[in-house]
Amino acid sequence: MTPSLKIDNLEVTFNRFRALRGVSLEVVPGESFGLVGESGSGKSTLLRAVAGLAPVTAGTIEVNGNLLGASRTKAFYREVQMVFQDPYGSLHPRQTVDRLLLEPLAVHGFGDIERRILRALDEVGLGSSFRFRYSHQLSGGQRQRVAIARALILEPSILLLDEPTSALDASVQAEVLNLLEKIRRDRKLTFVMVSHDLAVVTHMCDRLMVMQHGAEVERLTASELARRHVTQDYTRNLLVASQGFVRPVVQNA
Amino acid sequence: MSTMLTVDDLRVTFPTRTGAVNAVRGVSFTLGRERLGIVGESGSGKSQTGRAIMGLTPPHATITAKTLNFDGIDLLETSVKERRALRGNRISMILQDPKYSLNPVMSIGRQIVETLRTHEKVSKREARRRALDMLAAVQIRDPERVYDLHPHEVSGGMGQRAMIAMMLITGPELLIADEPTSALDVTVQLDVLGILDNLVRDRGMGLIFISHDLRLVSSFCDRVIVMYAGRIVEEIAATDLRNAKHPYTQGLLNCMPEIGADRHPLPTLDRKPEWAA
Repeated sequence: MTPSLKIDNLEVTFNRFRALRGVSLEVVPGESFGLVGESGSGKSTLLRAVAGLAPVTAGTIEVNGNLLGASRTKAFYREVQMVFQDPYGSLHPRQTVDRLLLEPLAVHGFGDIERRILRALDEVGLGSSFRFRYSHQLSGGQRQRVAIARALILEPSILLLDEPTSALDASVQAEVLNLLEKIRRDRKLTFVMVSHDLAVVTHMCDRLMVMQHGAEVERLTASELARRHVTQDYTRNLLVASQGFVRPVVQNA
Repeated sequence: MSTMLTVDDLRVTFPTRTGAVNAVRGVSFTLGRERLGIVGESGSGKSQTGRAIMGLTPPHATITAKTLNFDGIDLLETSVKERRALRGNRISMILQDPKYSLNPVMSIGRQIVETLRTHEKVSKREARRRALDMLAAVQIRDPERVYDLHPHEVSGGMGQRAMIAMMLITGPELLIADEPTSALDVTVQLDVLGILDNLVRDRGMGLIFISHDLRLVSSFCDRVIVMYAGRIVEEIAATDLRNAKHPYTQGLLNCMPEIGADRHPLPTLDRKPEWAA
């Protein structure tokens, strides 16, 4: 089976800073793959490099068996779409939801626009009453739903998710995560998801890669992580940290 | 335990074009030398509660309370000048993101010294020495170097330590921390909490820890207040959180994904209108 996404020895350099140092991974169709790490680990850079938003200096990226060049084609964006972290920043403030969803359809010359927009809104649980609102009239969770609808409207096969819920309240996060899972199941999508939150990634993904300083630390399955079968100290520290604050036992000096 | 802060029926109201918005609607609690957590989602009024105590509510909003008393001082009756003398001196506040809460055009050391010299008459040399000591106390390894750096030259964790140093240098009795670690990486988060924990314990401060993260707060605080739509829905000992009674508190705890728990789909919060009543 051709992998949906195959990355081989990818390097990204900003000026002289190596943000990614030779990362390789393979994601099979229908899989949900997670990237975990702290800020500066290169997890978002990896995703952005795939989307053509970061300067790749070495290595290759293949999508559905096609080697990607320096620039991305229109066909690429029909296959691969991205959802960004900040729903306040990723929607155009002066466009209505209708206009936001129309844009990708117009760019790619889709017909049957009316039906597609209504369906996309319906799919993310917003309903047609949201169609002519501006993004400032929506809550954070609703905005993220619009962003997901916009990504889905081109019927891509791969969705890149860059911290899709970290700007949301816990209860809204649960709703958006459930929505993403449902969509993945219904449309048989491939997910590559970035998060700093180990719990979110283990919940959403089958396999995951822990990253630090632009390189891979280790690769785990969600169940290995759940059983705490980790080999690297860094991952262990992350696991401990995600459990919350533990007051050190006070020693009598 | 002596009570340092008494809040009774605190209300904060913002006038808007579409009518009054009641951000805080009758919040009451007392605080001694302990760690109190205030938890809630965005818009629950948790930050506005903290800001009202600190005296940072915007002037166009109205604050009312039956009692808002800090160590015998009626905070509702104090003049602006008296409030200024309290703020940063006896009551301090740590804000969420050091990128925004530190002055970008002033070195870290100068900002700390400025805070100190606003409230105490000390010589420049003495102020510098105390600022360096304070930077060391928040576990900054090379205080001399960090003293001269500007906020953009340090990492988020380092910036938040500098913020804590600045807030604690006057030796406040009450510290309000509004999402002090939400902008930080998880491992850095724990370092910063550890520093905060030590300082609060050693100096016997009262701490109000405001956060959206119920689990983090319960691992750090003694007591937790859960807010929803401007009201307190539940007050509970942190160790007792598993036995929370209010469906909102339970919902908040349940809706977070957990490592090892296989729950698909995640339980979501079914908001009842009577919670906000």
